[in-house]
Amino acid sequence: MTTHDVDWIDVGRIVDIPLRGSRVVASPIGDIAVFRAADDAVFALRDRCPHKGGPLSQGIVHEHSVTCPLHNWVISLASGEATGADRGCTPKIPVRLDGDRVMIALPETMAEAAE
Amino acid sequence: MAQKLVIIGNGMAPGRALETLVARAPGQFDITIFNAEPRVNYDRIMLSPVLSGEKSFEDIVIHDDAWYRRHGITLLKGCPVTAIDRAAKTVTGADGTIAPYDKLIVATGSSPIIIPIPGHTLAGVVAYRDLDDVDAMLKAAAIGRHAVVIGGGLLGLEAAAGLKLRGMQVTVLHLMPTLMERQLDPAAGHLLEQAMQKRGIDVICRANTHAILGDTHVTGVRLDDGREILADIVVMAVGIRPNAGLAKASGIEVNRGILVDDRMHTSDPDILALGECAEHGGTCYGLVAPLYEMAKVAAATLIGDASAAYRGSVTATKLKVTGIDLFSAGDFADRKGREEIVLRDPARGVYKRLVIEGERLVGAVLYGDTGDGAWFFDLIKGDKPIGSLRDMLIFGPAFQGGAVLPPTAAVAALSDDTEICGCNGVCKGDILAAIADKGLTTLAGVRAHTKASASCGTCTGKVEALLAHALGGAYEKRTVEPVCLCTDLGHDDVRRAIREGKLKSTHAVMQALSWKSSCGCAKCRPAINYYLLCQWPDEYRDDSRSRFVNERLHANIQKDGTYSVVPRLWGGVTSPKELRAIADVADKFNIPTVKVTGGQRIDLLGVRKEDLPGVWADLNAAGMVSGHAYAKGLRTVKTCVGSEWCRFGTQDSTGLGIKLERYLWGSWSPAKVKLAVSGCPRNCAEATCKDIGVVCVESGFEIHYAGAAGLHIQGTIVLAKVATEDECVEVIAALLQLYREDGRYLERIYKWMARVGHEGVVAKVVDDVEGRKALVQRFEFSQVFAQVDPWAERVAGLDAHEFAPLAVIPFSEAAE
Ligand code: SRM
Ligand SMILES: Cc1cc2nc3c(=O)[nH]c(=O)nc-3n(C[C@H](O)[C@H](O)[C@H](O)COP(=O)(O)OP(=O)(O)OC[C@H]3O[C@@H](n4cnc5c(N)ncnc54)[C@H](O)[C@@H]3O)c2cc1C
Ligand code: SF4
Ligand code: FES
Repeated sequence: MTTHDVDWIDVGRIVDIPLRGSRVVASPIGDIAVFRAADDAVFALRDRCPHKGGPLSQGIVHEHSVTCPLHNWVISLASGEATGADRGCTPKIPVRLDGDRVMIALPETMAEAAE
Repeated sequence: MAQKLVIIGNGMAPGRALETLVARAPGQFDITIFNAEPRVNYDRIMLSPVLSGEKSFEDIVIHDDAWYRRHGITLLKGCPVTAIDRAAKTVTGADGTIAPYDKLIVATGSSPIIIPIPGHTLAGVVAYRDLDDVDAMLKAAAIGRHAVVIGGGLLGLEAAAGLKLRGMQVTVLHLMPTLMERQLDPAAGHLLEQAMQKRGIDVICRANTHAILGDTHVTGVRLDDGREILADIVVMAVGIRPNAGLAKASGIEVNRGILVDDRMHTSDPDILALGECAEHGGTCYGLVAPLYEMAKVAAATLIGDASAAYRGSVTATKLKVTGIDLFSAGDFADRKGREEIVLRDPARGVYKRLVIEGERLVGAVLYGDTGDGAWFFDLIKGDKPIGSLRDMLIFGPAFQGGAVLPPTAAVAALSDDTEICGCNGVCKGDILAAIADKGLTTLAGVRAHTKASASCGTCTGKVEALLAHALGGAYEKRTVEPVCLCTDLGHDDVRRAIREGKLKSTHAVMQALSWKSSCGCAKCRPAINYYLLCQWPDEYRDDSRSRFVNERLHANIQKDGTYSVVPRLWGGVTSPKELRAIADVADKFNIPTVKVTGGQRIDLLGVRKEDLPGVWADLNAAGMVSGHAYAKGLRTVKTCVGSEWCRFGTQDSTGLGIKLERYLWGSWSPAKVKLAVSGCPRNCAEATCKDIGVVCVESGFEIHYAGAAGLHIQGTIVLAKVATEDECVEVIAALLQLYREDGRYLERIYKWMARVGHEGVVAKVVDDVEGRKALVQRFEFSQVFAQVDPWAERVAGLDAHEFAPLAVIPFSEAAE
């Protein structure tokens, strides 16, 4: 078991993510979708729709939401929760900007589980 | 004999007056216009989009040469008037022309103020007033890198945003502590400043310019505090001054501007003045809406209609920087007895400020969310006590509960001279008169006769409410299904606005039509993207972020996140070489399933995303291109064997199918389009349940359309019978283009036909031969840009980021 607080991992530059778009980070806990909204806000979620596992990274990003490419559920980027009448939640991944670098942290419990 | 009317200046104000004159009193005047600018009348307020590249000069011309010719008006371009001789009743042009007048209009506009600091005469110092200034800025942007804009008001900020979009590094120098301090309080000024900084524009407030530096040409600017800023061009946008000198020299009464009365007469009864050069009731205006009102009154005065009078205006303005929403209306100066209501939502970047005097709303500033601007503006102009509205006022009409009137009653309450359509300056009275005089009962009728709601369409709701008000129960409201929750407008409204308003980007559409969300949603964005693509095939650049995943990646996503790949097999015909290549690809990339589809193609299912470019490269190498199995566009053309092999075949159905597919592929359409060609009425290619089908017969070709066999099953109907293959191809291309231009996004051909009617389609693509050719021409033009194999483009590197992860985190790093 590791003892440090959070290990931020540098996954690239914000400009490498298209505006109103997303890129995938492949990780031991599975694919992570990193989103960049129109206002340059950055979010990260597991790349799995709470409905039937659709890759959210491939959806259309609008305001701070993404519409899943498989059956059009709308997922809030900030909370990972499905919006509207749909119910379900995708795990959030901690993310922050360090200058123009995007940093994410893999939750320890998940990382351990993946080991 | 016609009276001689001479006009000095050909700006927006006299342009509007002329429209009224030629409509109300054709032939009554023999008109001559002197214009200092060497061009026709154009929409000056749209210079910023020309500067930024969002529009061209042609897009903003209001009256072209043909218009002047048609109305018998003499326009002297590039010929400023140098003197008015009131005794002789003549004006003299710079080229020596002497023109006698019975009536004279002075409409010389204003001049930009140039602060006489050292260096202000250097080359590279420009104002921002006309097309020449824009040209000068564009020239500077083409060679230089640095621009300084002096003045952080509306004009300065628009110039800065335009120059930035042209690739320059821009600094705005503003004398006051915050931007647009006349309209915004400091906090909101900061929001605006941040928005500009975010666009990469530097803003320096409290910047007092000491000198402009350079020997012959500008090289920089020095501030009072000694700071120096590099500059290849300096734009001064610090204010305007009415052009009243010419009038003053002739002895007409002038204060700041040329003094006019309520009927636009100057102190000389044969001379009128209007526009920015005029001063009415102590005010000189600098926005078009009041000038348009003046123009109408001036025209009425000339015609002898004594009922018209100008009583001054309340003004509203919008900042025209794409992506920044700022609206202000009325008067927001700090004065005794005035109170403010302010709403701030920093998280959403929204700021709203209302100024109330007594019981009345006198000013409103909206930043970040300007959707309620028109409503507040009406309240200001209405000048009525706000009473119980006050508590919830700032939240806009949506929160007024029972306090607001239903739309019909609300328009009934407006005065006849309330402007309903801002684009075309049409008032409530004009619309009611047209409804009564012409017996209009539909929105289309009002559009045709008054132009109201015929441009951007934002006033459509009001016009409909007026129809309902005028006709009572006799008016059947057109029910518009809004595109999505981001707007109240329907698909057709959006399309008309794109076409008429020459809107050329998603941002421009959302800005012009007051979209309620900041960047649309998954419903409206793909629709707008398609409409723009269809309307401006050569200019518009597809927005991949507004495409569903299949169209963005040019492959169909599967339930497990893998993709399927369907190469084009023209007309369903393939060859051993192609089959071998498909087999090799399936082996090389471990593709689990190879399936023959319902549309006579071969589907490779279960391809991993990162393998897509590799799969495509190999298929391309064997001569195959994308089958667009994912597209709202041309899908497959199914064929049967036809006369080449079949004992019943009447024509070469296979060959015609291939010809059609090669001609039509690549085109985007509102929904998918499937074709089939059968060689005889036995119809083995199932042509009679396709969007477009051809059934060959002995005497030629039966063209069918509007079939479906998916969610809904429906046989086709016959569009036309033609004798030759060439005619057949031409009718089909015209049909497809009409559908592309007219179909609503996601509306398949059968639904479109049910909506617009079979007769209308026949009339346009079969009966009207000229019209058909024009449709075909537009189709072929758009194909020039559409027939590019998307796979090859991606194999060559386009959108490479789509196919590779941003990063790969190895196990060790994650859980060390
Ligand atoms: C591959 C294919 C099934 C097959 O294995 O044969 C197929 C597969 C799909 N069809 Fe289909 N349709 C296929 C022939 C048809 C046909 C028959 C035909 O084309 O002759 C029809 C009925 C004809 C028609 O279109 O009217 C058909 C009517 C539909 C519909 C209903 C459309 C409608 O407006 O009613 C959908 C849903 C939609 O488009 O929204 C659909 C949607 C789909 C989608 C795209 C579902 C989706 O969104 O993922 C499937 C994609 C699978 C993939 O990844 O390739 N598919 N689909 C056929 C491909 C045809 C081709 O060669 O291009
Ligand atoms: C970049 C820019 C953006 C703007 N944006 C907005 C906006 O968003 N909203 C808004 O309401 N307003 C806006 N305005 C202001 C608006 O354009 C003006 O209020 C309006 O054009 C004034 O019309 P006018 O007819 O009085 O004068 P102008 O349109 O200026 O026309 C005057 C014409 O007279 C000519 N002239 C002058 N002297 C002579 C002479 N002696 N002989 C012959 N011809 C002469 C001039 O060359 C000029 O062509 C903007 C202005 C600019 C420059
Ligand atoms: S019928 Fe079409 S949409 Fe339905 S499962 Fe089969 S391929 Fe998919
Ligand atoms: S898997 Fe996302 S909506 Fe169904």
